[in-house]
Amino acid sequence: MEQLLNLFVKAVFIENMALQMFLGMCTFLAVSKKIETAIGLGVAVMVVQVITVPANNLIFNHLLRDGALDWLGMPEMSLQFLGFLCYIGVIAAIVQILEMFLDKYVPALYSALGVFLPLITVNCAILGSTLLMVERDYSFPESVAFGLGSGFGWALAIVALAGIREKLKYSDVPEGLRGLGITFITVGLMSLGFMSLSGVSL
Amino acid sequence: MSQVKQILLTPLFENNPIALQILGVCSALAVTTQLSVTLVMCLALTTVTAFSNLFISMIRNHMPSSIRIIVQMTIIASLVIAVDQFLQAFAYDISKNLSVFVGLIITNCIVMGRAEAFAMKNPPALSFLDGIGNGMGYSLVLIVVASIRELFGSGSLLGFQVLPLIENGGWYQANGLMLLSPSAFFIIGFFIWALRSVKKNQVETRDFRMAPHSAEEGAF
Repeated sequence: MEQLLNLFVKAVFIENMALQMFLGMCTFLAVSKKIETAIGLGVAVMVVQVITVPANNLIFNHLLRDGALDWLGMPEMSLQFLGFLCYIGVIAAIVQILEMFLDKYVPALYSALGVFLPLITVNCAILGSTLLMVERDYSFPESVAFGLGSGFGWALAIVALAGIREKLKYSDVPEGLRGLGITFITVGLMSLGFMSLSGVSL
Repeated sequence: MSQVKQILLTPLFENNPIALQILGVCSALAVTTQLSVTLVMCLALTTVTAFSNLFISMIRNHMPSSIRIIVQMTIIASLVIAVDQFLQAFAYDISKNLSVFVGLIITNCIVMGRAEAFAMKNPPALSFLDGIGNGMGYSLVLIVVASIRELFGSGSLLGFQVLPLIENGGWYQANGLMLLSPSAFFIIGFFIWALRSVKKNQVETRDFRMAPHSAEEGAF
């Protein structure tokens, strides 16, 4: 249990998806102008992350890895090279199902997240954490903790950036830096701040 | 001929995928601590963009638009698998260094963005060139960032010592910040500033106009 908590804290602060691993940058920079939209997108990423990382963990461990097809009588088969195709397919399918499910049963949440869900399929934070999970060979409970932590960390970062940008728009920025340029530098400073958390461990 | 030239060269400065279109930023930041790794990444991305544009453009008239995203995804993912297997076979160390970022070419917005914006509307040959052009625009930014980071971070370029380090009896004290993540953000931020100081038309319009200091005049 303690190990899982530690993994969660590490994924949120030390290996923050957006600020330290540079994942999901495109949406991170493009959809961080307002706090409300940032919260919506952050929650959506977190939800999708918690479902897709463990789902891909099961697929990797029971279908793709070396010797995983033992139960079919094919112990020498390794389908690892199909990994990318499977993971992205699973992510696209889960996002689609989640969208239909929310539309039917939780319409309030659907109208809040609706616009962002299709965007999430191509968010590299989602595919990135799946690939990291595979690379680090996490077990199933670890993958749940990692998915939750990385999603939460990403959400935290985008909400913080949106807060800064909302204040920043009243300031007098040099012409060439306006918009994208100053955002990059802000994110750099935030990343510097997050580095001070690098010693945190439970 | 001029059209070919235009397609190849506009993505370099006029319409740079990273600096102007905000596409494919993730890997631009993550794989730029060493120039050699960056070059491999650029090559991989250019190959995937060019060929995915080619194949998507070939079947663009036979693709129902409701499922086009999933078809594009499948084509891109297959190409990335091919590139990844090739790297693992012939450049294993570098592929280990790139870790998850080869796989992340699938979700790199440049590939999807160009497929959607260009390849769906244009013939195969032009789309192929557009892919190469945008790959070069991406490579340009990456190579600039990686050169700065490797040169000042570890005093070398492509592994060769350019600035002799103090530890080896030279005069240069390596700047460790350059190898950490924040520096990548700063360098790209300044790159955009430099680019936009030259190309004034890329400057973004401001959301608010600064009011003149009328209140102060009244106060004193």
